[in-house]
Amino acid sequence: MNQTKGEKTFSIVNNCLLLIFAIICLAPFIHILAQSLSSHRAIVSGEVIFWPIELNVYPYVEILTDPAFLKAFWISILRTVVGTFGSVLFTCLLAYPLSKAYIKGRGAILFLIVFTMMFQGGMIPTFLVVRSVGLLDSFWAYIIPNLISAFCVIIIKNFFESVPKELEESALIDGCSNLGILFRIVIPVSMPAIATITLFYAVFQWNSFFDAVLFVNDRSLFPLQIYLRELILLDESNIALKDNFERQLVANESLNAAALIVSTVPILLVYPYLQRYFVKGIMLGSVKG
Amino acid sequence: MTQGGVSSYKQSSKTVNKKKLANFRKYWDLYLIMVPGILFFIVFKYIPMWGVIIAFKDYSAFAGFAASEWVGWEHFIRMFQDNKFHEVFSNTLLISLYKLVWGFPGPIIFALMLNEVRRMFYKRSIQTLAYLPHFLSWVIVGGILVQVLSPSTGVVNEFIQFLGFDSIYFLGDSEWFRTVIVASDVWKTIGWGAIIYLAALAGIDPQLYEAAKIDGANKWRQLWHITIPTLLPTICILFILNLGNVLDVGFEQIYILLNPLVYDVGDVIETYVYREGITQAQFSYTTAVGLFKSAIALVLVIIVNKIIKKLGQPGIW
Repeated sequence: MNQTKGEKTFSIVNNCLLLIFAIICLAPFIHILAQSLSSHRAIVSGEVIFWPIELNVYPYVEILTDPAFLKAFWISILRTVVGTFGSVLFTCLLAYPLSKAYIKGRGAILFLIVFTMMFQGGMIPTFLVVRSVGLLDSFWAYIIPNLISAFCVIIIKNFFESVPKELEESALIDGCSNLGILFRIVIPVSMPAIATITLFYAVFQWNSFFDAVLFVNDRSLFPLQIYLRELILLDESNIALKDNFERQLVANESLNAAALIVSTVPILLVYPYLQRYFVKGIMLGSVKG
Repeated sequence: MTQGGVSSYKQSSKTVNKKKLANFRKYWDLYLIMVPGILFFIVFKYIPMWGVIIAFKDYSAFAGFAASEWVGWEHFIRMFQDNKFHEVFSNTLLISLYKLVWGFPGPIIFALMLNEVRRMFYKRSIQTLAYLPHFLSWVIVGGILVQVLSPSTGVVNEFIQFLGFDSIYFLGDSEWFRTVIVASDVWKTIGWGAIIYLAALAGIDPQLYEAAKIDGANKWRQLWHITIPTLLPTICILFILNLGNVLDVGFEQIYILLNPLVYDVGDVIETYVYREGITQAQFSYTTAVGLFKSAIALVLVIIVNKIIKKLGQPGIW
């Protein structure tokens, strides 16, 4: 394509600005990563910017051997796996009938689901309901009160509607039951949408901490996000640096940085694989149902 | 009505019932699998929604939502007379407004810039990096902020000192706290917010641009006459939806970063409701505060939706 001089300059300036923006998005991580791997002396003297100085892996050893960290990490994994599975399953079970015109009352049910996106009871009534159904201080307080997201129901419902009818009809002729069609035909061909909501639910479960603040007092049930908050923001930690020798090696900053990195890694691992799906998923949700 | 009319009416209602029954028999399993989901929405969305009636009652745990005693507008009157509420309300309003002013145009500009990039690999890479912050929890972003902005060892303050100024305690200074809140929110949401605009931009027919070029329109004219009009409906809808959340201010973020040093500028409705409601067990009063907030948001959405529709753009209903 022929470009005028002005267009060329514009294109160069534009690309540079975007590059700067991308660097701003990434820079804090690189800095934290560098901190987590640097020596006490280098951090205190302020030499560490984007490259570790005097390589030091002790912070990671300290974090990965802290029983409180391991416990919290385990709770977070558990709630992410159980919560995501349950959420995706029940979202699909609710969305499939709602995608069928022959289901009576589907319009009303859909309206009531969408309405919850605009008006909610708020924190206190929700807390009182969770309390009265006896979920306080239990692991299920992480799963059940946020089981289904209205937005995800709409995404999946819209995708199910786009599945070709011929596929389902031919399965029906082959003697497949209604649920058989859902699990053997519709869900397998809806994998892009299911991947999208899986990502949303999993990230929600991994990241959420306020439900733990609100519903759980039992320390043995605290997820990773609460551990991080206590370590970094409240400066309360039970990591006893074993002796003076180690105290000289590990700066508080490195310990915090290492904890941040270890907690981010699981998201960074799944993110690139799911990225190609979620753009499509968002668009499906925004087409109003 | 004649005798015959009644009987035919009865008959038709019978056949309707029969049809319903047949429909139910044929798809009973599909009705059944909806039950857990519907129960979820009833118990965790609609019962709390009904539970806001305790804003007009004196909630006692023993009596529950229904049987607690009515007190009318008492909690709302107390709320309006409470100086703390005035402070919290104006903080909420200011922080939301700043977030809207700085955060709303950001994704649009970012999407427009990204749309001009011709090399797909470069575009994808920028997108990947820009979406990333969205996937981090506020605890992690808060942790990063504490580390980076620390007055003693944070890299930002080292740079400020290097330039010869005094270091700033960003998270404990009333003058800086809101700036940090708004800036970190913009940083976290700008890339993700652009997705929907990018999708709308991808739907523009390239022939429009070709035709405009032949007519001698330069880049700016193309932007003004083709791109912006195409984006306008999306912008309007997202603007209304944003207004609906205008008083939510991003509770997790503020809860994470708030400390007593900055209560005067950073304490917002939700953090106030949490402190007074959950930790002090003033359930009815804080429900009233929360209800006031939701009601304002709903009214705002309805008004702006109406205005935008009058201007000829699609609203959200």
